[in-house]
Amino acid sequence: MSSAKTEQIDVRYVANLARIDLSEDECATFQKQLGAIIGYIDALKDVNLDSIDPDNMPAVEDSQLREDICQKNLGQEDLLRNAPDSAKGQIRVPKVVDA
Amino acid sequence: MELSQLSITDLRKQLVNGDICSSDIIESLAHTIESKDAEIGAYLSHDPDTAKQQAQGIDLSLPLGGIPIAIKDNINVKDQPCSCASRFLNGAYTSPYDATVIQKLRAAGAILYGRTNMDEFAMGSTTENSALGNTVNPHDTSRVPGGSSGGSAAAVASNTAIAALGSDTGGSIRQPASYCGVVGLKPSYGRVSRYGLVAFASSLDQIGPITQTVDDSALLLNTISGADSADATTCDQPEIDFTLGLDEGVSGMKLGLPKEYFSDGIDPAVRSKVQESIKKLETAGAKIVDISLPHTEYAVATYYIIAPAEASSNLSRFDGVRYGNRIHDPNEIIDLYRGSREQGFGPEVKRRIILGTYVLSSGYYDAYYNKAQKVRSLIKQDFAEAYQKVDAILSPVTPNIAPKIGADKDNPLQQYLADIFTISANLAGVCGISVPCGMVASDSGSQLPVGLQILGPHMGEQTILKVAKTVESLNQ
Repeated sequence: MSSAKTEQIDVRYVANLARIDLSEDECATFQKQLGAIIGYIDALKDVNLDSIDPDNMPAVEDSQLREDICQKNLGQEDLLRNAPDSAKGQIRVPKVVDA
Repeated sequence: MELSQLSITDLRKQLVNGDICSSDIIESLAHTIESKDAEIGAYLSHDPDTAKQQAQGIDLSLPLGGIPIAIKDNINVKDQPCSCASRFLNGAYTSPYDATVIQKLRAAGAILYGRTNMDEFAMGSTTENSALGNTVNPHDTSRVPGGSSGGSAAAVASNTAIAALGSDTGGSIRQPASYCGVVGLKPSYGRVSRYGLVAFASSLDQIGPITQTVDDSALLLNTISGADSADATTCDQPEIDFTLGLDEGVSGMKLGLPKEYFSDGIDPAVRSKVQESIKKLETAGAKIVDISLPHTEYAVATYYIIAPAEASSNLSRFDGVRYGNRIHDPNEIIDLYRGSREQGFGPEVKRRIILGTYVLSSGYYDAYYNKAQKVRSLIKQDFAEAYQKVDAILSPVTPNIAPKIGADKDNPLQQYLADIFTISANLAGVCGISVPCGMVASDSGSQLPVGLQILGPHMGEQTILKVAKTVESLNQ
């Protein structure tokens, strides 16, 4: 489906933006597959949409917001139960600031 | 007949009469799972003992009192695993809370029994993208059950579940229901709370029932629907009993056939089964009207911009920090993110996150995302105009019967294109149901089910359930 005017995607660059490491093989496969997919979605470029408003959410006009009041929710223990590494009631990660 | 083969409605009668108790049903299911599920692979886990504990002292006067329901592995059930069939969460996540639909099922007396397989993070249409195991089609084990709620549909079709919940972002309830010959309902956007459903594409996701019968679908919708303060996109809605009036028939109803949904690309055998059902509905008194949904040709492109864009944002939470599996000994925080995501996500999830990141990235936002949102407005408008003329829309659910395992594994675009008849309903926020409408012979000699899709306006579930019930009755 990819046509001459298809935008090129730099898979390695975009994967870095998405914070995903890729192997060489995976990168080459995705380059080809995503090239074909982008070639296909490029069809939208031919639709004249000048006077059309973008849709936001279906039926958002019907949605209702709750009162902004404090509610009892999950406690620290419940939330830390699934953390891969925690200590002293906090989640532990590699050092993020230089000492 | 084994209890595991009965519908909710039939089991409820026996439970209320005192002929059976809930544990009998759980036991029957556990036996059936034991004998069949090694081959079918519908379940990721099931724990009959915990289910029986839930059943103890259950109030049988409640609408779903004593009925076990299987749950797709992306819906949180307190103290049960929730892996989304991903290595990222497998063995590393136990839900600390109940999704709203689960709270509602518990309040209605249901037993939460079993976690069903799915495409990883609900991305896919064959369940082959599960990182945790294969699910096959109960009608022909060389074929896929569909997806992404393939485990839920295969469980109901193989009598290893009485009924199940699935989720539908672009057809993930209706399509596997069609391939497996069961009933799958995608409610209108805002009908059912998404709180506790692991988000894939928030403006498209809806939880819905997969059942043996239309009556059961209505019964489950009664329980799971309703406004929820934990999901601001749920709509304020009057309390409706969806089981009422199902037998009223279709006399006087106007049912639309969109010309774009009956194109040349449909398998002739599928087309013929769908047309037989349409004829029957006409004979039953419905007026069949030709209509057009002119922007259908752009639906797949629009969907594969919006859904990956939302997914790339939603799945940023899987970074190895707060939950899930983390790589060992990362040097820096960025290595932790990148390595955990590389190791945790399968190829389809990576592909969609990268695609979504691309269409949202600087310089491309207007060309892709903004444009797709505008086309979405047009697709929504197509449906609004159609529902001025008709009460509901009829179409095939898919262009083909269930494909062979591995058929399009290396060609994701080809798989995406097969979503053509289901994704518009998600883009427009309308409701849709897949109901079995016959069997056709496959080239491998098996008989495979075909589904008829009935699409209704936003909050038009009563209408489509009524049409589905008529189709079900006429095909019995």
